[in-house]
Amino acid sequence: MTALLTSPTNATLRAFLHGLPGVDAVGLEQRAASLGTRSIKTTSKAYALDLALRMVDLTTLEGADTPGKVRSLCAKALRPDPSDPECPPVAAVCVYPSMVPVAAEALKGSKVHLASVATAFPSGQAPLQVKLDDTRAAVQAGADEIDMVISRGAFLAGDYLHVYEEIAAVREACGDAHLKVILETGELATYDNIRRASWLAMMAGAHFIKTSTGKVSPAATLPTTLLMLEAVRDYLDQTGTKIGVKPAGGIRTSKDAIKYLVTVNEIAGPGWLDPDWFRFGASTLLNDLLMQRAKLRTGHYSGPDYMTVD
Amino acid sequence: MFEYAPAPESASIVDIKPSYGLFIDGQFVDGSGAFKTINPATEEPLAEVALADAGDVDKAVAAARKAFKKWSKLPGKERGKYLFRIARILQERSRELAVLESIDNGKPIKESRDVDLPLVAAHFFYYAGWADKLGYAGFGPDPKPIGVAGQVIPWNFPLLMLAWKIAPALACGNTVVLKPAETTPLTALLFAEICQQADLPPGVVNIVTGAGETGSALVNHPGVDKVAFTGSTEVGRMIARSVAGTNKKVTLELGGKAANIIFEDAPIDQAVEGIVNGIFFNQGHVCCAGSRLLVQESVAEEVLDSLKRRMATLRVGDPLDKNTDIGAINSAEQLSRIRALAEIGESEADRWSPPCELPAKGFWFAPTVFTGVTQAHRIAQEEIFGPVLSVLTFRTPAEAVEKANNTPYGLSAGVWTEKGSRILKIADKLRAGVVWANTFNKFDPTSPFGGYKESGYGREGGRHGLEAYLNV
Repeated sequence: MTALLTSPTNATLRAFLHGLPGVDAVGLEQRAASLGTRSIKTTSKAYALDLALRMVDLTTLEGADTPGKVRSLCAKALRPDPSDPECPPVAAVCVYPSMVPVAAEALKGSKVHLASVATAFPSGQAPLQVKLDDTRAAVQAGADEIDMVISRGAFLAGDYLHVYEEIAAVREACGDAHLKVILETGELATYDNIRRASWLAMMAGAHFIKTSTGKVSPAATLPTTLLMLEAVRDYLDQTGTKIGVKPAGGIRTSKDAIKYLVTVNEIAGPGWLDPDWFRFGASTLLNDLLMQRAKLRTGHYSGPDYMTVD
Repeated sequence: MFEYAPAPESASIVDIKPSYGLFIDGQFVDGSGAFKTINPATEEPLAEVALADAGDVDKAVAAARKAFKKWSKLPGKERGKYLFRIARILQERSRELAVLESIDNGKPIKESRDVDLPLVAAHFFYYAGWADKLGYAGFGPDPKPIGVAGQVIPWNFPLLMLAWKIAPALACGNTVVLKPAETTPLTALLFAEICQQADLPPGVVNIVTGAGETGSALVNHPGVDKVAFTGSTEVGRMIARSVAGTNKKVTLELGGKAANIIFEDAPIDQAVEGIVNGIFFNQGHVCCAGSRLLVQESVAEEVLDSLKRRMATLRVGDPLDKNTDIGAINSAEQLSRIRALAEIGESEADRWSPPCELPAKGFWFAPTVFTGVTQAHRIAQEEIFGPVLSVLTFRTPAEAVEKANNTPYGLSAGVWTEKGSRILKIADKLRAGVVWANTFNKFDPTSPFGGYKESGYGREGGRHGLEAYLNV
């Protein structure tokens, strides 16, 4: 693979990606469903809830976002449950580039990372130069994680080299910031494509591969995430480089989050059960995690009015 | 580390009685003796079960004969109503039945809950639908039932095998005397209660419990018109011999040594799941288990590495824990057979098991894989009926087919390739009753199941399954 990467051409990339083993959709979905039946109770549930909480990329990506909204999101990220001093902070806050300065100020001095979407999120339909400027601006403003989108049109047209070069260029523009590459799996249509896109992104320099923007349905699904976890597992085996995975969009309940953690545990292995290697791109999930956490601690449900809305 | 805390399904949903009688003519009656059934996961006795001798079997056959007169004359629509009612009760009481099945058999609750019980109900629903449509099944305008069916079933899928036997028999207008395996009689006896609950006319279903002698008395009884047996090839041979020269119709579903063939263009991750499901499902106590893995040399190393990594995540232990993947071996006898063959295997090939702690009490066997196996090895020829996989390699499709067919059995096989044309070509050449493509151990009441060669004759399930219970 190293020879392939020194000077990739579209033909060599294509030959490699199409040489990956195929994915049987029925089998993949059955495996995901069976992992979903694991019963996680008591102590293991407490562990999973805390871990999931520490893995949340608390996200707001609305046209209507204001500095005030972002500041309150950051406050929540730092202290998700003000009534419980034991409650850990989330992994990161994820915002649009224009909101990065506000968030950077609010998170200053904390260990909570600041992620910014970039590269003409969510469609990615902009010239490369615009995407690179978008990225650099976000990094300069204080983002230490960049969530980019791939050009799905180019990928579906078979122009793998274009996608590869774009990711590599954005990676360079990131400097020290970590790069998450959003595949937008809901637009890639087949599991075979998702496996190929995962490998393409990893080879091009992604630190993380991420399922979705959250703007396209379906967003993250368990089978898709399982498939991407297989990809990072195999990539580590073959290259020695470890890549993270971030499902995003549609994960709203603790029950769902625990299914994802079981899948991480049994597919990629315990080595990925860490916010450095697995994240949830989510907003409403956090409150459900807090509610379930409080339930385990106190023995009763408090109700949504006892959780802050943002 | 993400350790899964114990998540046991409550056993309190099922009420196990201290003792059970025989179910004859709609009533529970005493037998001529008693034997104990134990929980294979703990070796604790569960209940005393009546032992049926030749005299008890005679009474059961007489009750079935008497009930046959009315039952066979009942319009199909009416028989169908009873079967639909039984199917609905099975669904309603499925949790209770699943827990009891896991306790008596040792299989993980995950499987009894998600596989056995849904299939049991589906079988009754399916054949309930046939009861008033037999004239359209392709066996003439008004096919007649055979009479009294003597049915002997194994311990690996106690309730599911009961469903496979009883549902089509009743739908076609026969009455039955069924003998469950001596190590797993409890769900059949709970099924007898369900027959009472459904107001099934007395004598239509009779259940006699006991070991080989009871089975032999049933099979050899002159009042039995049809014999249906699922179990070992050895016993199947004895049955075939004993019914030879009589008018009894016979179907036999016997052993297997299925080849699961992985081609280099297979979807590898799903194939590994298929291998695991093929041999470790139900502790490998499956006649159609994919016990011989044939993997193409070019991907053998990759497949084996993935398989071993996957096997290391299998959770062996308490069958009632909802996270258990592999439960207990059904009996001490079966465990010693598996151990004996595994020891022979160890002298022939390389043995590997993932590190796994087995409970101190009960009957347990770690998932095991043998590599470097050849056709000449006993573990490649004999049915082990346990969680033991033999791995062989091949270079060409022709060699795969040759090796797959090189067995006295012919029950099932699996083909894994992303190439559709290869699936069809290979499946056509495999001498096996069921060929699964890119999946394994999938069952459906609409699909016929049965073997070639020493795996038996006759088909169960689907429209074909009716033939065994009609006078055609």
